[in-house]
Amino acid sequence: MVQFTLPKNSKIRTGKTWPKPEGKAIRKFQIYRWNPDDGENPRVDTYFIDMDLCGPMVLDALIKIKTEIDPTLTFRRSCREGICGSCAMNIDGINTLACIYGLDEIKGDVKIYPLPHMSVVKDLIPDLTHFYAQHASIMPWLETKTNRPAKEWRQSIDDRSKLDGLYECVMCACCSTSCPSYWWNSDRYLGPAALLHAYRWIIDSRDEATGERLDELEDPFKLYRCHTIMNCAKTCPKGLNPAKAIAEIKKMMVERVV
Amino acid sequence: MQYLTPRKSAEGNGSAHTGTEHHWAMTVTAAGLCFLVPIWLYIFGHALGQSREVVLTTFAQPFAAIVTALILIVGMRHFAMGATMMIEDYARGTTRKVLVIGAISLSWVIAATGLFALIRIAL
Repeated sequence: MVQFTLPKNSKIRTGKTWPKPEGKAIRKFQIYRWNPDDGENPRVDTYFIDMDLCGPMVLDALIKIKTEIDPTLTFRRSCREGICGSCAMNIDGINTLACIYGLDEIKGDVKIYPLPHMSVVKDLIPDLTHFYAQHASIMPWLETKTNRPAKEWRQSIDDRSKLDGLYECVMCACCSTSCPSYWWNSDRYLGPAALLHAYRWIIDSRDEATGERLDELEDPFKLYRCHTIMNCAKTCPKGLNPAKAIAEIKKMMVERVV
Repeated sequence: MQYLTPRKSAEGNGSAHTGTEHHWAMTVTAAGLCFLVPIWLYIFGHALGQSREVVLTTFAQPFAAIVTALILIVGMRHFAMGATMMIEDYARGTTRKVLVIGAISLSWVIAATGLFALIRIAL
C-alpha cells in the first residue's frame, strides 16, 4: 500500500564523514549505511576518493572504499561485467549495476543507495527473497507433455530468435524496484522481471504449458497492475524492455477472449 | 509473526483467473471515447454561452442527444473501471472496498442523472 512518509526507523540521518585524502582528482561519495545489529536509524556516510587511483566504474570505487577506507561497507558483487546482477543498486537516482555504470556518467557527488522500496539486509544489500519466490512461481523452466524426444526438443532459428531480448535478463531486480506498481503492491503484483521471464517461457516454441501459464497470470494484480509506466524499460541495465513483454502477455490474454 | 515460506507468500491465494475482460473493456471504452469526446465537445462548445432555448434545442436534436447519452454511458463506465484500478493501487482492505463501491456508485448516479436530464430535454 502507498506510504507517503518513511517509517520512523527508516528516516535517514547524516552519518560519518571520512578523512579527505591528498590528490587532485578527489571525488565525494555519499553512501547509504544501515546495520541491523546496532539498532540505529540508517545514515549516509561521506567518503572521498582520489579518482587517479581508482577504476572507472562505480563498483571499482565501492571496492576501493571497502578495501582501503571502511571494511564494514557491505554490498553484493561477483562477476564485475554485468552478467550476474549481484551489484544492483540505486546510483545517482537510477537503478543499475554498479559494475557497468561508469563514474564519468555521474555529474557531481556520487550518491549510492540500495534498490528502492525493498527491505534492507545491510547497507546496500536488499532482501530479494520475495522477488526470487515470485520468479519461482512463474515456473521458469520448460514444461512439456509430449514424450521426451530421443535426441532433443527441436527449435527453428525463427522461434529461437523470439527469445532474444528476454533470455538476457540477469534478475538484478532493477526493473521491479523502479516500478511504482511494484512498490505499492509487490505482495500481489509479480513485477516486470518475473513477467518478462513468464513471457520468455510462454513464447518458447518448445513449451507445452502456454494455456496453464496464461491461466496463472490472469489476475487483476499478478499481471494487470502494470500500467505501462515504462520505468522498467528505462532503467534496465541490460537494455531489455519488460514493459513490451508484459504488453505481449496482455495481447495473448485478449486473443483468448476476443 | 507468521512462519510462511517465501513461495507461500508469493503464491498468495492464487490467480483470480479474471482481469482480461476489465482490460479489454477499458481498451474498448477508451477507443470509443477517442471519437465521442471531440464530437461532444464540438456540440457543447456550440451551445456554450447561448440562450437557454438554444441549448435545449441543441441537445434535443437526435444526433446531439445520442452522442451525449453515449458519453454518459461509455464515459462513466470507463471512469468507474479506471477509478477502481486507481483505488486498488493505493488503498487496501476495507478502505479499498468502500472506495471502490463509492466510485462505482458515483458513476451510476452521474450517468442516471445525466440520462434523466437528457430524456427530459430530448423528449
